[in-house]
Amino acid sequence: MIRLQGISKKFGDKAVLEDIHATFLPGKVNMVIGASGSGKSVLMKTMVGLVKPDAGQLFYQNLELGEMDVDQRNELRQKIGMLFQSAALFDSLTVLDNLLFPLRMFRPAPKAEMQERVAYCLERVGLAGTENLFPSELSGGMKKRVGIARAIVLEPQFLFCDEPNSGLDPKTSIRIDHLIQDITNEFQITTIVNTHDMNSVLECGDHIVFLYKGRKTWEGDRRLILNSDNEPLNELVYASRFLQQFREKAS
Amino acid sequence: MNFFYNFGRYLMMLRLMLCKPENGRMYWEETVRQMSSIGLGSVGIVAFVAVFMGGVSAVQTVYQLVAPYISLTVVGSIVTNSSILELGPSITSLVLAGKIGSNIASELGYMRSSEQIDALEIMGVNPVAYLVGPKMVACLTMIPLLVITSFSMSILGGMVICQLTGLITYDQFIEGARSSFLPYDVFFAMCKAVTFAFFISSVSAYHGFHVQGGALEVGRASTKAVVYCCVLILLGDYILAQLLL
Repeated sequence: MIRLQGISKKFGDKAVLEDIHATFLPGKVNMVIGASGSGKSVLMKTMVGLVKPDAGQLFYQNLELGEMDVDQRNELRQKIGMLFQSAALFDSLTVLDNLLFPLRMFRPAPKAEMQERVAYCLERVGLAGTENLFPSELSGGMKKRVGIARAIVLEPQFLFCDEPNSGLDPKTSIRIDHLIQDITNEFQITTIVNTHDMNSVLECGDHIVFLYKGRKTWEGDRRLILNSDNEPLNELVYASRFLQQFREKAS
Repeated sequence: MNFFYNFGRYLMMLRLMLCKPENGRMYWEETVRQMSSIGLGSVGIVAFVAVFMGGVSAVQTVYQLVAPYISLTVVGSIVTNSSILELGPSITSLVLAGKIGSNIASELGYMRSSEQIDALEIMGVNPVAYLVGPKMVACLTMIPLLVITSFSMSILGGMVICQLTGLITYDQFIEGARSSFLPYDVFFAMCKAVTFAFFISSVSAYHGFHVQGGALEVGRASTKAVVYCCVLILLGDYILAQLLL
């Protein structure tokens, strides 16, 4: 479980996050949605410890991130997996070495054992047989799936996905969404997804937090989101003419 | 104000590099990889530049020796001393600032802009220690060796050019070289090499590591790294000469 209490962050005079309170539970796909520039990425970077909040507290289970010593932080980071928008695979390493990297760094074991774990993770994301390819030889969707495989290779308790569908075709996007959903349910991990892709939100948003100009203005799930009376949220959800017409007909 | 901000951030980067490695073996492997890339990858250009440096300085020295009462063996002496004291360490370091410095800055800059450094940090790896540390160790060990290669090749180049063009013979050149050789000069060259290696690796790494933005900023960081390294090498060259000679 991850709990945010009054998280605020400013860059210069501009408030990017203001008094965010939220709780993200394990076994659920938690989604942070909002228009571009609403503070989603800064919130995610704050949660993983890349950005320090100006105010507020951030709890992993019952431990506050700001009060953790270096060892506790390092221990926590090994429980975190993250899928980046660009996948952030190491270009100079093959797929196999990308997945072996965290294992060799933190859980060195006999080579065969580590390779077995890598093979399992690649199989899990449907990319068995790509071990010897370099990231430059992979398509966008494959890179994202390798990114997911690398994120889960250390069996994390917390999985963060930053815009997992950006730049992907709708079919691949749905495939990535289902993969994230399946992994979350299978390993009962706390998953947090940053997105503004409404397909993803409606497909697997178990818990949704909506950010508008750095503030949390709505919280709910995929069933409630279509009937919200939050105007900025509706502008995001019903951005396309097709959905606007659908909404008008439904009402 | 900006200078103090950057200098403070530079010192903090150096401090972070001294943290305990998460896995010593992985760090060692990365260091060896960097030593191979920086050392072996630069031998060719260093040797090429050095041979011509030695040859040109020999030809120009002979050209200036117009007085008949000065022995031609002095050519060997001048080429050897200038190669060890100045041409080897300083010119080689300037060449390496362009080659290694820009490489380090652009590699780290690209890793920063493509979120690979963030990925390392989230995994729990200290990115400064893992990415910058091995590069600095590799530079501090390989650049002095490259400087030794450089002044050796420069002397050899001067000697061969003198013989081939009939300016002076091998024996005359060697006699001159041996007559004025001081082991302290090699020590001085090594002091310069280590100092310049530190500048090249740390300044380039600093500029690459703190890139903000995309391809344009990576290019700018790379250019900045080379310019700052060259300025620091020239300043350091003068200060070391004043202090140690």
